[in-house]
Amino acid sequence: MSDSTAVAHGAAADAHHEHPPYQRHHFETIAQQNDATNFAMWLFLLTEIMFFGGLFTAYLIYRNWYYPAFVASSHQLDIFWGSLNTLLLITSSFTMAMGVWCAELRKKSGLVLCLVLTFILGLGFLGIKTIEYHEKWEKHHIPGLHYSLKSFLDPASDTEIYAEYHDKPMALDMARHTELYFFLYFAMTGMHALHMIIGIGILGFMILRAQAGAYTTGHVTFVENFGLYWHFVDIIWIFLFPLLYLISRHA
Amino acid sequence: MSEQSQHAEHEHHIVSPKVYLTIVLALLLGTGLTVWASFIDLGPWNPVIALAIACTKAVLVVLFFMHVKYSSKLTKLTVISGIFIFLGLISMTLADYMSRAWGRW
Repeated sequence: MSDSTAVAHGAAADAHHEHPPYQRHHFETIAQQNDATNFAMWLFLLTEIMFFGGLFTAYLIYRNWYYPAFVASSHQLDIFWGSLNTLLLITSSFTMAMGVWCAELRKKSGLVLCLVLTFILGLGFLGIKTIEYHEKWEKHHIPGLHYSLKSFLDPASDTEIYAEYHDKPMALDMARHTELYFFLYFAMTGMHALHMIIGIGILGFMILRAQAGAYTTGHVTFVENFGLYWHFVDIIWIFLFPLLYLISRHA
Repeated sequence: MSEQSQHAEHEHHIVSPKVYLTIVLALLLGTGLTVWASFIDLGPWNPVIALAIACTKAVLVVLFFMHVKYSSKLTKLTVISGIFIFLGLISMTLADYMSRAWGRW
């Protein structure tokens, strides 16, 4: 009895090889741990792709069904704000990628700077989104009880948009489907914005941790995987921007 | 096995800032291009061009910002199979709609 415990103890001591403190015990090597976390992050992102994919497919089908309504509705979006937001988000993806680079090279102040820039650019994106949402609120273009068809039944009343697009008045049954466009618009950009808000929250947490030197000791998994998340959110916007703002300009 | 030798045997690729800068410039160029193209009346080609540019930008982000170009075969396979299933689901859904109620809504 005493022998067997001694053997078991000896074996356990052997199995406990040397490794850095951030390596979990159930991984053989740090490389294996990194591969596993990277794989897991990608699996999560794939579920996200499927989730947003459902919304994109719905948009694709309804746009083809209620084409005139979707075209007229998309004329309500401001390409200037959309382009500016694309610019902010792509730049934030760049600063995030640079953040990962800084973490890998153990540059603490560089990492903090990159994370802060990403944080600010993300907030800028949300700020512009708020301006856009507010405009929809004022025009009663938010789906629900107070939704207004005025801009579509009588386009000339919406002078700013009319000056640019000269949309013809729509029949009531088609005009009603503009509400569906705005439903999808808010669902898609809203879900995207929610991802941004979550991302900005994590960024705030990471800035504090990075200042304490958490990610510049050779263990960059958290920054790297957050980077994957942030770039994924960027990709969603890369598709949302042309589909919602651009493709109906001339239709 | 010591930490050093493990690092040596599994080479972790660090993407250089030069690559990131090139990619971000390409992405900004793509954004400019897609906005510019939307102001030209190309009929049915407007959405096609917009989506082609968006797909190119997405591929650049995935390959370089998300390091897939430098990742393990497992990661590459995961990404490709995910995109494949996603496209499969979309095309099957569209095939269903187009063969049933298209034009009779």
